[in-house]
Amino acid sequence: MAHFIEQIIYGLTVGSVYALIALGYTMVYGVMKLINFAHGELFTLGAFIGFVFLGTLSWGSYFGPALAIGLTAILVAGSTALAGHFLERVAYRPLRHSDRLAAVVSALGASIFLQNVIMVVWGAQYRAFNASLLPTVVWRIFGQSVSLVRLFVFLTAVIIMLSLYLFINRTRLGLAIRAAAIDQGAARLMGVDVSRVIALVFVIGPALGGLAGLLVGIYYGQINFNMGQMYGLKAFTAAVIGGIGNIPGAMLGGLLLGLLETLADAYVSGAWKDALAFVALISILIFRPTGILPERVAEKL
Amino acid sequence: MAETEKLLELKNLVVSYGGVEALHGLSLAVAPGELVTILGANGAGKSTTLMAISGLVRPAQGEIYFQGQRIDVLPSHEVVRLGITQAPEGRRVFGPMTVEENLRLGGFTRHGQDLGPDLERVYDLFPRLLERQGQMAGTLSGGEQQMLAIGRALMARPKLLLLDEPSLGLAPLLVKSIFETIKGINESGVTIILVEQNARAALKLADRGYVLDVGHLVLEDQAERLLNNPQVRDAYLGTR
Repeated sequence: MAHFIEQIIYGLTVGSVYALIALGYTMVYGVMKLINFAHGELFTLGAFIGFVFLGTLSWGSYFGPALAIGLTAILVAGSTALAGHFLERVAYRPLRHSDRLAAVVSALGASIFLQNVIMVVWGAQYRAFNASLLPTVVWRIFGQSVSLVRLFVFLTAVIIMLSLYLFINRTRLGLAIRAAAIDQGAARLMGVDVSRVIALVFVIGPALGGLAGLLVGIYYGQINFNMGQMYGLKAFTAAVIGGIGNIPGAMLGGLLLGLLETLADAYVSGAWKDALAFVALISILIFRPTGILPERVAEKL
Repeated sequence: MAETEKLLELKNLVVSYGGVEALHGLSLAVAPGELVTILGANGAGKSTTLMAISGLVRPAQGEIYFQGQRIDVLPSHEVVRLGITQAPEGRRVFGPMTVEENLRLGGFTRHGQDLGPDLERVYDLFPRLLERQGQMAGTLSGGEQQMLAIGRALMARPKLLLLDEPSLGLAPLLVKSIFETIKGINESGVTIILVEQNARAALKLADRGYVLDVGHLVLEDQAERLLNNPQVRDAYLGTR
């Protein structure tokens, strides 16, 4: 039983990272009906930029760990947002009025391009994060060991997701994003500049993905140029589980996938972990392609 | 109509969809305060005309002027900012959003302004919407959705309101009440272009009317005269 609860905590931690990445897929899909295949690479980029800045900022301990991580997070979010914006301008905007397939091919191309840029800049070998950054603290809670780093990753992801949720549901711009996702034409009739909304989701999504990359770096301590492939696929699966285009769905889907994976790892076999995740993807696509959440209220004629 | 009296003017508007022309050189003008109706069968180009005015479809030829400014070159959100809003065909309310969120979106262009008085005005106009304030728009009845679409279009405080088939699919009693409300909105100073298949009701309400047939303007006259025009009676008013 104790083992089980520990697995749950572990699953929620991994799941919260999936959820954070999944939000980028789902927001872009919601507004553009396009899977941004380069999103996984923006996640990797976030990890590497985090690696660079965290190394620099904590060096010589000018900054305490909290300040170093905080500053790094801002820099990571800012630079991946910029990269996302640039990606939209170069790879997607020129194709907005062309065939859907053209945009998909462009997305795949952007993904390969970014992955190779990251490899050329930082090399193909694994890079290690500064491991002594967060003190190795382990608490015993109800007989469970919960490490500081695990709690940090989970809570940070949850706080970011809650902020996004509030932004989407409580602000004027959030309202515009939702409107553009439901009916672009109607949103334009309301005076919403849909081009700006698209630009906005291509800033928010990559920023969240980049932050997820930083969290993975801090959590596992090592990063690699093609880590975005598997994380991207998993997060995409999470987005589909929650219903692609659905923001709370992506959060829920991420957490569920994280749980499924760690439980599979613990009670079935580590070798089957990834396979089971994709069995979940295929099952959802076959049996409930709109995701596990109740379908949106249909418009009446 | 003298130049200075025109709020909106369409000059030789040509619109085509994928090589097929939907409007073949339409010209029309609307004076401030007027209620003008555009009649015609399905596919006559009525909705296309409204979408071109709102900037959602680009005319291939011709020009659109609003208060003397050329607007057919502007993006749709700037057209809204200038004071033209639309309750589109099929209502197109945001189903997974609440009634109030839909209304707030209607006031999207009025950044930083208090929408409170406008919400109140819409709820005054359509008390049903106040009862449904927190409900998802997709769960409303057709009539309520139409009220929401019109209310939403009023939130931006338009000078010109475009209404596309507001009576479509509604019970006769409801149509009557919606048309009365439209008249009231017009009397409060909002210029209206009303696209309708329900020609009789629209002509009773309107000052003037235009009749389109497969993208061509075939008739243009005072509403009363159109009501009594034998050609219109046969083609659009039935033999009641």
